[in-house]
Amino acid sequence: MQFMLLFSRQGKLRLQKWYVPLSDKEKKKITRELVQTVLARKPKMCSFLEWRDLKIVYKRYASLYFCCAIEDQDNELITLEIIHRYVELLDKYFGSVCELDIIFNFEKAYFILDEFLLGGEVQETSKKNVLKAIEQADLLQEKTENIYHSKHFHWCKKAY
Amino acid sequence: MEAVNLLSSNRYTEKQIGYLFISVLVNSNSELIRLINNAIKNDLASRNPTFMGLALHCIASVGSREMAEAFAGEIPKTLVAGDTMDSVKQSAALCLLRLYRTSPDLVPMGDWTSRVVHLLNDQHLGVVTAATSLITTLAQKNPEEFKTSVSLAVSRLSRIVTSASTDLQDYTYYFVPAPWLSVKLLRLLQCYPPPEDPAVRGRLTECLETILNKAQEPPKSKKVQHSNAKNAVLFEAISLIIHHDSEPNLLVRACNQLGQFLQHRETNLRYLALESMCTLASSEFSHEAVKTHIETVINALKTERDVSVRQRAVDLLYAMCDRSNAQQIVAEMLSYLETADYSIREEIVLKVAILAEKYAVDYTWYVDTILNLIRIAGDYVSEEVWYRVIQIVINRDDVQGYAAKTVFEALQAPACHENLVKVGGYILGEFGNLIAGDPRSSPLIQFNLLHSKFHLCSVPTRALLLSTYIKFVNLFPEVKATIQDVLRSDSQLKNADVELQQRAVEYLRLSTVASTDILATVLEEMPPFPERESSILAKLKKKKGPSTVTDLEETKRDRSIDVNGGPEPAPASTSAVSTPSPSADLLGLGAAPPAPAVPPASAGGGGLLVDVFSDSASAVAPLAPGSEDNFARFVCKNNGVLFENQLLQIGLKSEFRQNLGRMFIFYGNKTSTQFLNFTPTLICADDLQANLKLQTKPVDPTVDGGAQVQQAVNIECLSDFTEAPVLNLQFRYGGTFQNVSVKLPITLNKFFQPTEMASQDFFQRWKQLSNPQQEVQNIFKAKHPMDTEITKAKIIGFGSALLEEVDPNPANFVGAGIIHTKTTQIGCLLRLEPNLQAQMYRLTLRTSKDTVSQRLCELLSEQF
Repeated sequence: MQFMLLFSRQGKLRLQKWYVPLSDKEKKKITRELVQTVLARKPKMCSFLEWRDLKIVYKRYASLYFCCAIEDQDNELITLEIIHRYVELLDKYFGSVCELDIIFNFEKAYFILDEFLLGGEVQETSKKNVLKAIEQADLLQEKTENIYHSKHFHWCKKAY
Repeated sequence: MEAVNLLSSNRYTEKQIGYLFISVLVNSNSELIRLINNAIKNDLASRNPTFMGLALHCIASVGSREMAEAFAGEIPKTLVAGDTMDSVKQSAALCLLRLYRTSPDLVPMGDWTSRVVHLLNDQHLGVVTAATSLITTLAQKNPEEFKTSVSLAVSRLSRIVTSASTDLQDYTYYFVPAPWLSVKLLRLLQCYPPPEDPAVRGRLTECLETILNKAQEPPKSKKVQHSNAKNAVLFEAISLIIHHDSEPNLLVRACNQLGQFLQHRETNLRYLALESMCTLASSEFSHEAVKTHIETVINALKTERDVSVRQRAVDLLYAMCDRSNAQQIVAEMLSYLETADYSIREEIVLKVAILAEKYAVDYTWYVDTILNLIRIAGDYVSEEVWYRVIQIVINRDDVQGYAAKTVFEALQAPACHENLVKVGGYILGEFGNLIAGDPRSSPLIQFNLLHSKFHLCSVPTRALLLSTYIKFVNLFPEVKATIQDVLRSDSQLKNADVELQQRAVEYLRLSTVASTDILATVLEEMPPFPERESSILAKLKKKKGPSTVTDLEETKRDRSIDVNGGPEPAPASTSAVSTPSPSADLLGLGAAPPAPAVPPASAGGGGLLVDVFSDSASAVAPLAPGSEDNFARFVCKNNGVLFENQLLQIGLKSEFRQNLGRMFIFYGNKTSTQFLNFTPTLICADDLQANLKLQTKPVDPTVDGGAQVQQAVNIECLSDFTEAPVLNLQFRYGGTFQNVSVKLPITLNKFFQPTEMASQDFFQRWKQLSNPQQEVQNIFKAKHPMDTEITKAKIIGFGSALLEEVDPNPANFVGAGIIHTKTTQIGCLLRLEPNLQAQMYRLTLRTSKDTVSQRLCELLSEQF
C-alpha cells in the first residue's frame, strides 16, 4: 500500500498515513486531487478506480470515506477487506465508532493503524491480537490519563 | 530536542509521544538524527518488547537512509533470533521490508535469509504474514536465495485452505480462513515459475482446485465481507493460475468462474472479472474459452453505468480480438466510440486502428473502418493513424480504386472532419484518375469538391491540398487552367504563411513552365513504402504506460505470428516479475530483422505496413544505381566520394590499423532546403554482424541546406567476412521522403598489413600454403589499361607489400601481407601475372584460410 486517507463528505481530511516518502507539497496535491475524484463518484459505482499509475480502493462508511492507494499488482478485494478490518478494529476499540471518535482520538486511531499495518503491509490479521496489544499499551499509560480520555469520550457523546 | 529527550524516558506514554513526534517530523539535521538513532538503538537492545516494538514502528514509518545505514545490519539478527517475541518478530520483518524498499543496497543478504524462510512455518500466523510480505519483495530481486520458500508456502497454503473453520479461530474472517495470509502466499508463489517437484506441484494444483471449488459452494454468510474475502482469495488464485499458464484444466475453470462473475450483481466483481479476463485472453489455452463470453462483454459495454467498468470491457474486447471476431468487435468499438468519454477516446481510436489493420482480411473493410473512425472521432485520430491508412492504400493496388471512390463519397458530406479532407486530398491526388471515368466523379467535380473545403482548413491541410492540385494538373490536363487560376489568386501567392506561398508560387511556375513529360516524372505516383515498424503501437504503449494491456499485446504478438491465421506457437514462459517485453517487431509479425535482401514486393503481399516517420532500423531501399562501381573504386583507396545525386553527396575518409579502423562519412546537402529526420543507418546481414563490429555515433537529424555533417564509424574486424555493410539513409526533403542505400566499402583487404620479405622466405611460405583450398586462382580480362605503375599503386593501395626481385619474371607482381582480425591473423601471398598480348591477368592468391583467399581474390580481380 502506498498511502491511506480518511476524509469526510465535505472533503476534510481526518487521517492520513503515507507509506512512501513524499514531500509535503506533493502530499497536499495528491490529497486534493484524490479527494475531488473520489467525492465525484456516484454511490452505485464500483469501488476501484485507476488514478495516475495506482489503483485506488475506496469505501464509504457513514460520513467517512476510507481510501487506499495500492500498486498495480496488489489484490483490490483484499484491500477492501483491509479497510473493513480496520473499521472493525476501531469499532471494537471505541465501541460503536463514529467520525467524532476519530477526530478527537486521532492518535489512538494512528496507533491502531500502526498495529495493524506496518510499512504498507498487513502485519497482524487477528483482531484479538491487535486489540490486546493496544490494551497493553493503554495499561502502560498512567491511570489518570485513561480516566481523562474516557471522561472526554463520554462528554463528546453527550454533547452531540 | 524535547522529543529526543522524551525518547529516552522510561515511561511508555512519553516514549510513545516522542516517537510519534519523530515519525511525523523527519528532518535532516544530523545532530538530532544521531541522537534519535542512538535512542532507537538503545530501545532495540533493551529486550523490552514494547519498547522494541515502538522503536521498530518508528524506523518503519520513517525509513530514511540514515536509519537504514544504522540498523540494516541489526534488524535481520533480531528477526531470526530464537528468543524474540512474536510481535517483535512481526514488526522486525516489516521494518526490514520498509528499509529494503528505500535502500535495497544497504540490506545485506546473509545467512539470515534461510532462517527467514523458516519463519513461514512459524506457529504464529502474524509472524507468517509479515515474513511472507518480506520474502515476496526480497524474492523478486534474489529469487535463488528464497527458492526453498516455494514448497513451504504451498504446504502452508494447503493447510489453511483445507482447514475447518474452527481451526484457525481468530484468524478466520467471516468464515474464510486467514484470507490475508492466503492472498500473500499466493502472491509469493507468483514470483516463481511453477514448481518442478511433482509432489509440490500436485499439492499446489489440489489447493487451487479447492479454492475454485469453494467458490462454487453456497456462501456461508450473507455478509458482503464474507464474499469479498472469499473472492479475494479466488482472484489471487486465478492470477496465479494465469501466471503459471501450465494447467489447461485450471485455466478453463478459472475462465468459466470469471465468466460467471461477469454477470454478477455486484459491480466490483464484474470489474475485477473483466480485468482478470484480459490477462487470461493472452494465454493460448484459455483464449478460446474467453471468446465464448464475447456476447456478455459486448452487453456490458452497452449497459454498464460505471465508466470504469465500460473501459475494462473495451480493454477486454481488444485483448480477445482475433481473426474470427475482429469485424464484430471493431463494429462494437466504433459504436461505443460515438458515446464514449472524451478522455478515453484517443486510446480507443488507436486500438480500433490497430485491430482493423491487424485482422483485415479484406482491405476495403479496413479503409471503411478508418474512414468511419475519422468521421466519428476525427479530433482524436492522431497523425499516425491516417498516415497508416494512406501507406496501406498506396501499397495495395487492389484497394486504391475503392479507396478513391469511398473517399470521394465521404467528402460529399456537408460537414467533414479535417483529417478526412487530408486523407481525401492525398488519395484523390494519387488515384483520382481511377474514378475520373465516372461522370459523377469527373476531375472537375473532384477538384471543386476539394476546393470547397479549402478555406475551412488549417494551414497544413491547405498545403497538402495545394500539392494535390498540382498532381491534378498532371493527371487531368483539362483542369489545368482552373487550377492555375486558383494558384494565381492573390490569396495564395501573397499568403501570410510562408509554406503556402512557396507552394503556390512554385506549383504555378511548375505548371506553366514544365512540359508534360517532366511534370509526369516529377509528379509520378508514390512508390510503395518499404516495411517497417508501426508507430501506432508505440504511441499506444506510451499512453498506457507499462500496464497489463500492452504487455499482453506484446506477448500476444509473440505468439500469433502468422497474420494469415496460422497455428499459434507455444507460449513463451514469462515471469510475473520482469515485464515481458520482447523487442519483437511490433506489427511486423513474423518479419525477421530486416536484411538487405528483403524485397519491397513483400509489402504488397501479406506483409503489413509501417510508418515512414519512425526512426527504427528499417529495411533497405534497393541499392542506389552505380553503387557497385563506387564500391569497387574504394577497395584500393580510402578517401573519396562514395555517392552523389542531385540532393546529397556522401564522402568517405577512412584509416585502418591492424584489425581496427575508423571511417568518417560526410553527408553534404547539395540543396538549399533542410533535410529533416535525417537518419543514416548501417545495416549488416546476420553473418556479417558476427564478423564485423560497427559502432557509430548518432547524427543530428536536421541537415541545413548547403551544410555538411560528419559521422564517425568505429570498425572492428572480428573475423574474416565477405559481405559488405550497407549504409541506408532516410530523410525528408521538402515534402517527399528520400531513401538511399549504398554499399559501404569496408572490405577485408582494409585490414591488410603489408609485410616485407626476402625471396627465399616468400617461396618457402608459398610452398607451405600448397593445400588446394588455400589457393585461389582467377584468370580474367583486364578492364583497365595494363600500366605497370598503376598496377603497382593498386596493389599497394590494396594493402599488400609489393615485393621486388622475387619472381623470376620481372613483369609479374608479387605481394605479401597479413590480414588482421580480432581472433586471428592470416598471412597472405599473392602473385599477379599479366599477359599483355591477350590483355588478361592471372591472379593467384594463397592464404591459410580458404574464405579469405576467395574473398581477396574476388576483390582484387575487380581492380584490374
